[in-house]
Amino acid sequence: MAQVSIRKVVKAYEGNVQAVKGIDLEIADEEFVVLVGPSGCGKSTTLRMVAGLEEITSGEIWIGGDVVNDVPPRDRDIAMVFQNYALYPHMSVFDNMAFGLKLRKFPKDEIKRRVDEAARILDIQALLERKPKALSGGQRQRVAMGRAIVRNPKVFLFDEPLSNLDAKLRVQMRTEIKKVHQTIPTTTVYVTHDQVEAMTLADRVVVMNHGVIEQVGPPQELYHNPATRFVAGFIGSPAMNFLPVRVLDDGGLKVELANGVKLAVPPQRVDRYGPYKGRQMTLGLRPEHLTEIRDTEKPNVVRIDCMVDVVEPMGMETLVHFFIDGEPVCARIDPVTHSAPNEVLPLAADLNNMHLIDNESGKVV
Amino acid sequence: MADGTSISANLAAPARAAMAPPSGMRKFMRRRSTIAVLMAMPLILLIAGLVIWPAIYAIWLSMLNKRMTQFVGLGNYAFLLKRNTFQLVIFQSCLFAVTAVILKALLGFIVAHLMHNIPGKNQRIWRGLLLVPWVIPLALSTLSWWWLFDPSYSAFNWILNSLGFQSVPWLGVGWNARFAVIAVNVWFGTPFFMIMYLAALKSVPEQLYEAAAIDGAGPVQKLLHVTLPMMRNIIAITVLFSLIVTFADFDIVRILTAGGPQDMTHLFATYAFSVGIQSGDIPLGASVSLFMLPILAVAAFFVLRGVTRRTQEIAA
Ligand SMILES: Nc1ncnc2c1ncn2[C@@H]1O[C@H](COP(=O)(O)OP(=O)(O)O)[C@@H](O)[C@H]1O
Ligand SMILES: [Mg+2]
Repeated sequence: MAQVSIRKVVKAYEGNVQAVKGIDLEIADEEFVVLVGPSGCGKSTTLRMVAGLEEITSGEIWIGGDVVNDVPPRDRDIAMVFQNYALYPHMSVFDNMAFGLKLRKFPKDEIKRRVDEAARILDIQALLERKPKALSGGQRQRVAMGRAIVRNPKVFLFDEPLSNLDAKLRVQMRTEIKKVHQTIPTTTVYVTHDQVEAMTLADRVVVMNHGVIEQVGPPQELYHNPATRFVAGFIGSPAMNFLPVRVLDDGGLKVELANGVKLAVPPQRVDRYGPYKGRQMTLGLRPEHLTEIRDTEKPNVVRIDCMVDVVEPMGMETLVHFFIDGEPVCARIDPVTHSAPNEVLPLAADLNNMHLIDNESGKVV
Repeated sequence: MADGTSISANLAAPARAAMAPPSGMRKFMRRRSTIAVLMAMPLILLIAGLVIWPAIYAIWLSMLNKRMTQFVGLGNYAFLLKRNTFQLVIFQSCLFAVTAVILKALLGFIVAHLMHNIPGKNQRIWRGLLLVPWVIPLALSTLSWWWLFDPSYSAFNWILNSLGFQSVPWLGVGWNARFAVIAVNVWFGTPFFMIMYLAALKSVPEQLYEAAAIDGAGPVQKLLHVTLPMMRNIIAITVLFSLIVTFADFDIVRILTAGGPQDMTHLFATYAFSVGIQSGDIPLGASVSLFMLPILAVAAFFVLRGVTRRTQEIAA
């Protein structure tokens, strides 16, 4: 029912600390947008400005066609789920969920209908009479979501809602949140520092760093075409390998690793990388594009021999760590391939998926 | 409940079995509860000596005649209840305690809120200043108040006069004197409430207010649905505590009015002093002061029961 627009929004705390340095973001109706970034990058501040809990220093925030800069939280028609749930400890689960409706003077039977409906969706019907103290972390999380759902607001705001749960419950609740969004499609802004959460939940991911937006896009696009070195390194686990290289022309465009190995740039990238000839750049290559040598090799896959340092079998894959001229590198190989520490392992680098990063601007070229 | 009894029954059986064997004394000494009781003994003796013994002695005293030669049972109590002066004392004690405690709690609550909204360092300074009434010895500050209330040479009447009003006999007329006594008690007791409520306010998680703001609560609703419920325990405990102390108040009345005019400001404690020490009827004085006990015990029972219940609900 509502789009959200964030236009040139700046937040400065006292002492002129800029937590958010002028960000622009258009969120479509019913879209699930995830703000992700390292701790302290300004995600919560941005979300709280949308909620109206934090004043906007400059810029504009629109919700559903109105500027809400000076609208108090209660008139913004939003609902928020906090990291520590912020349930009212003296109220039963039912009253916690009904509180917002009671304040808005909904008729009693309508309140009951909505709470029961939300409780059914979240599977907490049996808990309605309990006090929050008598609930587990996951149940409290559900109640906090129920409190948001019953209001049927224009926008859902989540601030790290799963951070207080243990790993297993986190995965389960993640699915739950996605299901709720599918059942009740509502514009959602979700803040997390966990890139896996961001990738799995989002229609679009917004990567923030130091108070600015680094890149906005669907999860797959961010993964395969990161715009900056920060995004390339932040999205994906294990993280992308970064290696210092020199671009040179040696019978075709090549990049030379610090240890002297020269890798031919794929023909379709030659035009793109040509202008950087002679420059010191950074090569970005994800671990899954550094694999064991396979029989059916595609073009532009080159062989690199490495001296294995550590082997981590993960079950469905094995991570191999080694160094190229002092830089740590990680490769993902098939678990059946033999690998052991201090042995030489030939690897295949798939340069079709290479990224070249300009060291000065930090941009992926 | 049924569970509770069955569990204690199960526990009791092995305990009795353990006591049964003949080498009893040794085993008895080794039991943890025995050691615990022994180690707590010094404190138990101290409390017995300083609290329980005087209390029992007071009850015994209150049942003697004036010369303490004869046991008169509840005679003193019956005599007191029939006396007009004592009925007045009961009324005044209740009026004094209830009015003063309500005013202190209310003022303390308001001041705590104001204080809570003063930013940073300034708050510490104001908090310190407002605590002053509480740290000055009460007898001393009451003397200053006594001087302020003086009919001919006092500051209050001087201000009234210079504004063109008549002098007010602050301590000379019944209701004026009652008002003055309550006012001084409020002045003295408010900082205690302020500091307790300020601490309680600070312990309410900010996110509850944020959640309430998003749920649609304005300032009044936040107060009613978040602040007050979160502070109910501390309010109950401070009110009960203050009620007990205020009921037993002595210094202010003693110094300001000595119970006058015409006994119209006497409280239990000052009346007990006046009857027991000044008029030399110690048994009667003891029975006056013992009258406070049932009133306070009933109040304490109900307040503490509510506190226990809510603590179990809220404490997370
Ligand atoms: N109330 C505040 N006063 C001053 N600085 C703040 C305040 N809240 C947050 N900050 C600062 O703003 C920056 C962004 O904070 P925040 O939005 O909470 O980050 P996160 O992305 O981890 O949610 C941080 O550097 C933090 O120290
Ligand atoms: Mg945060």
